[in-house]
Amino acid sequence: MVRPLGFLVGLGFITALVLAIFTTPLKNEPNVAYSFVKEPRHLKLASDGLVPHWDKAQLQRGMQVYKEVCSACHSLNLVAFRNIQDLGYTEGQVKTFAKGFQVPSINPDTGEVATRDGLASDHFPAPYANEVAARAANNNAIPPDLSLITKAREGGKDYIYSLLTGYQNPPANLPAELKPGTGLHYNPYFPNLNLAMAKPLNDGQVTYADGTKASVDQMAKDVTAFLVWTAEPKLVKRVQVGWAVFFFLLIFTVLAYLSYRNIWADKKH
Amino acid sequence: MSFPWAKPYEPQHPLMKWMDEKLPIPRLVYNATGPGYPVPRNLNYFWNFGVLAGAALMIQIITGIILAMHYAANVGVAFNSVEHIMRDVNAGWFIRYAHMNGASMFFIVVYLHIFRGLYYGSYKAPREMVWLLGVVIFLLMMATAFMGYVLPWGQMSFWGAQVITGFFSAIPIVGEPVRQWLLGGFVPDNATLNRFFSLHYLLPFVILGVIILHIWALHIPGSNNPTGIEVKDEQDTVPFHPYYTAKDGFGLGVFLLVFVALTFFSPNMLGHADNYIPANSLSTPAHIVPEWYFLPFYAILKAFTFNFLWIDAKLWGVIAMFASIALLFFLPWLDSSPVKSTTYRPLYRWFFWVLVADVLLLGVCGMMPAEQPWVILSQLGSIYYFAHFLVILPIVSRIERPLPMPNSITEAVLAKHAPDAASVPAAA
Repeated sequence: MVRPLGFLVGLGFITALVLAIFTTPLKNEPNVAYSFVKEPRHLKLASDGLVPHWDKAQLQRGMQVYKEVCSACHSLNLVAFRNIQDLGYTEGQVKTFAKGFQVPSINPDTGEVATRDGLASDHFPAPYANEVAARAANNNAIPPDLSLITKAREGGKDYIYSLLTGYQNPPANLPAELKPGTGLHYNPYFPNLNLAMAKPLNDGQVTYADGTKASVDQMAKDVTAFLVWTAEPKLVKRVQVGWAVFFFLLIFTVLAYLSYRNIWADKKH
Repeated sequence: MSFPWAKPYEPQHPLMKWMDEKLPIPRLVYNATGPGYPVPRNLNYFWNFGVLAGAALMIQIITGIILAMHYAANVGVAFNSVEHIMRDVNAGWFIRYAHMNGASMFFIVVYLHIFRGLYYGSYKAPREMVWLLGVVIFLLMMATAFMGYVLPWGQMSFWGAQVITGFFSAIPIVGEPVRQWLLGGFVPDNATLNRFFSLHYLLPFVILGVIILHIWALHIPGSNNPTGIEVKDEQDTVPFHPYYTAKDGFGLGVFLLVFVALTFFSPNMLGHADNYIPANSLSTPAHIVPEWYFLPFYAILKAFTFNFLWIDAKLWGVIAMFASIALLFFLPWLDSSPVKSTTYRPLYRWFFWVLVADVLLLGVCGMMPAEQPWVILSQLGSIYYFAHFLVILPIVSRIERPLPMPNSITEAVLAKHAPDAASVPAAA
């Protein structure tokens, strides 16, 4: 009973699929935008690979770029000031740094909306009070929060770095419908080719305390490195712990293999 | 039940004797996974995966219980509570990554376990019930994994929930009300997240219960083995402990090494970048894809693009996707060949490996956008999938002439170790 019924059910599915094959066009609808989108360029960072470390000088420069450039529009909601001790700042420096920010608060006497100096336990304050304000200030586009951005985009850090350095004039052969509209900017690393964010970095835009020359490429690298850290502050620790666990288990596995061989030594199998 | 030569449990210590009279748990363990359970002596490494699946479930339950202590199932805070675990909870990043990749490891070992069963005919009499319970576990795992993926409330969580609950809306007339009832609303929202969290916590314990039945049903006929020949006498078997506890210990070490490499060195490799974006009902991701372990079934769903017999393409896809798993329930009766092990099935062997390649192909197709050549490949792949189980297997099992088989497990083992092993045909 099962086999004849199964046979009929199988034939039903197969017929539906054969008909589907013959009714589905074999050619894709051409998508011109595809041919203009570029693969991200690879960015090599100290935090890559199997023996990663944080390049603290670079992370500090990257934070400076975030603070002086990106933070005008982009929030960093998941990062607290206390976290930046990871970047090599002392507790005192963190407190001073936090104090430089005004964070939303209420007046303790009247309950009215107010601001106060930042504390180490505060998170980086957002540039806009809410989404409506963010849209209103940015041509109806919400600047995304940057805390997780290097994990939240296909291509990760390579994509962020390529996007920041990829602004250019549209190529001459770009079809009219793909040309950037009002308030949009051409960037071949962006999947839609045109994005609302204007070119954010220009040579010499920040002045690095350590004397590094602030070229667009350098700033893009530094801020991307910083955003790799914000996306996963435990990245370096994760890999280091991983090696310890791996070697521990390797010894366990070798011992387990030897005891397996030993126990089976007199049994053919 | 067990073989007559199984070593009986004889407690020596007065405490163990006392325990055996009051609550004979040591006896149960002794007879189930101890020296009192005789197992075929010739099991290969593919027989490790059952124990590994059990280990994976335990890892998921332990890490999951800890995650639930820090996670908040509310659409307003769920996403940030996961990031709180990643950033502020002691070793939270480890627990969360272990749980996330533990799900993948669970599916890897379960898929290997299933294909082991397919190759060596472990679904055939007298083990049909073991197989049926295994398919139930597989379905429960899929439901649990899907609901778990919704909990971080990222973009892929939200849109995955939207797409998968959308399957039900393909059912005529009652589909849309059923979908709303499942979601507790018109779109995935707080009610959905709460019930998914509740069920995601419940189902692993249901899985645990069905696993106990699965093992119980297995222990009645005892394990299958690579020859597919049933155990005949004592020399065909070894006691589970210490022989297979030792072998499973080694297997567990290798499993954990792979697990650790994935969790610590590339924890996001099998995930989607979009799930690090908080859920947004107003912004649809360009490309909604389920987790890798659902991809072959997702490809079958997408392969049906033609309205046929008054059933529209979407409903065909949904029916076919459920059927592709449901047909596994009928497998013991679709395959009428008395020979279990594919080693002795010269014709079926080809089709088995085509099925493996086909499922891998469907997996790739499931990942790709709905463009050619992936659409036609998923259609061809789906045709083979259904043809394999419903047409080819019943026919092959009738017309095939199996290879000569050894008389017993021991004969097969000794032939393998004979000085001129090459002259003994296919006894491995």
